[in-house]
Amino acid sequence: MRLTCPHCGERPHDEFAYRGDATLRRPDPAAPADPEAEHSFVYLRDNPVAGHREHWLHAFGCRTLLVVTRDPATHAIRSIELAAP
Amino acid sequence: MRYSIFSVLREALRGQSGWTPVWREPTPKPRYEIVIVGGGGHGLATAYYLAKEHGIRDVAVIERSWLGSGSVGRNTTIVRSNYMLDGNVPFYETSLKLWEVLEREINYNAMVSQRGVLNLWHDEGQRDACLRRGTAMRLHGVDATWLEREDVRRMAPFLDFEHARFPILGGLLQPRGGTVRHDAVAWGYARAADALGVDLIQECEVTAIRRDGDRVTGVETTRGAIECGKLGLCAAGDSSRLAAMAGLRLPVETHVLQAYVTEGLKPFLDQVITFGGGHFYFSQSDKGGIVFGGAIDGYNSYARRGGLPMLTEVMREAASLCPPLSRARVLRSWGGAMDMSMDGSPIISKTPLPNLYLNAGWCIGGFKATPASGFAFAHTIARDEPHAINAPYRLDRFRDGATIDESGSGASPWLQ
Ligand SMILES: Cc1cc2nc3c(=O)[nH]c(=O)nc-3n(C[C@H](O)[C@H](O)[C@H](O)COP(=O)(O)OP(=O)(O)OC[C@H]3O[C@@H](n4cnc5c(N)ncnc54)[C@H](O)[C@@H]3O)c2cc1C
Ligand SMILES: [Zn+2]
Repeated sequence: MRLTCPHCGERPHDEFAYRGDATLRRPDPAAPADPEAEHSFVYLRDNPVAGHREHWLHAFGCRTLLVVTRDPATHAIRSIELAAP
Repeated sequence: MRYSIFSVLREALRGQSGWTPVWREPTPKPRYEIVIVGGGGHGLATAYYLAKEHGIRDVAVIERSWLGSGSVGRNTTIVRSNYMLDGNVPFYETSLKLWEVLEREINYNAMVSQRGVLNLWHDEGQRDACLRRGTAMRLHGVDATWLEREDVRRMAPFLDFEHARFPILGGLLQPRGGTVRHDAVAWGYARAADALGVDLIQECEVTAIRRDGDRVTGVETTRGAIECGKLGLCAAGDSSRLAAMAGLRLPVETHVLQAYVTEGLKPFLDQVITFGGGHFYFSQSDKGGIVFGGAIDGYNSYARRGGLPMLTEVMREAASLCPPLSRARVLRSWGGAMDMSMDGSPIISKTPLPNLYLNAGWCIGGFKATPASGFAFAHTIARDEPHAINAPYRLDRFRDGATIDESGSGASPWLQ
């Protein structure tokens, strides 16, 4: 599997550090405490077979955090974007 | 047919013509009291213990492929109970005790080999961790033996003791740990469950779970709908997919774990040995091949096939711990889908749906758990309450903070 970094081009994936599911959103810290939302944010995952949005940090490259959309059953890459454009 | 020295001799004299099929190939009935999804080790063991311990024989195991096609037939066959945390030690020790009597009980040779599992330590931090874990084991009545460097050298002189970065300083041995022939476990439980009347349905994929309000009423499969009174999920790497069919999200991610085997070599390796300097372990099969593995590839994967970076890393660690291995030729590598839970411990539990039961989250170490998992899950389903050994493995422990995190890596399964 190779990932195309928007800055560095196509690179082997072991240059990148995996950072897991990119769809999770931390509940608003200012909002009233919602244990269900916290539980879901910290522990529950969709774990899809296709179209997984996930964070990869280009650790041995430009050190940019990327959002990669990939099919975990085939490793086909659908898109790669900057996490913070 | 009962297997014994006499049946082997009789068949030898009759040209092996009298063996009969080991289990039936039934057509699915429209309804069962209990349906188990997944014909891996855990699903088959669950069905067996449902029939044997609880007298429930109206049971079907539904398997999408052939029995044992999943991780039960892909693992590196290691069994042990050298854990540290309270929830884990009694459970895995129960499992090891069940392994010790399994073959006689089911009349099947599973090649249980208590050759010892040896964890090496290479610095003071690892020494303290091993000492702490060994002590916890002994407090639970589990066997653990402390080894100094020279003890290890006598057992395994071929290791690199003088390694510049990871010299071997000592080890923690569990003498009762060892290996079990993985396929034989699936076949043995399948045969024993079938003999008690359980229907084993192969080539039958569950595609949907039917519900009536909170209650599960049955499953839709590629061979038609099957109704059930209770439904148990034992789908290992596919747990999230099955749970999603029932509207549940699980604290689980699916990752790939690889393993490798070399050409057959003369016997030289008596134990299972694990490297403390990285993630590498190896043992020698009865055919002589060195069976070895390392960590998961480290990103979500349902591919059941691993990548080259982890393969390269494991080979490096192999050659670093045991330099002669660099001359051995690797015959095969393969992968299996792991349901990595958020605390590294399994889930054997009731669920928010009253007649749906979940057996999942086995991470990289569920083979050793097969007997206890089947035993405890059968109890949970039959009695509608957990057995004492699986009570800590409830699904809602993540909600109230009672996680059992042996490696301390938190909710980042790719780091386990
Ligand atoms: C390379 C490797 C090495 C390992 N080494 C060890 C080890 O040394 N020691 C150890 O203790 N553990 C080890 N493990 C882990 C262990 O193999 C697993 O945790 C364990 O086998 C999982 O339980 P199981 O046997 O029930 O799973 P499986 O055999 O995977 O059974 C699950 C079954 O569910 C079926 N299924 C899935 N979805 C559906 C559906 N929709 N409909 C019908 N059927 C379905 C699958 O086809 C599969 O047969 C290893 C795993 C791997 C891959
Ligand atoms: Zn880059």
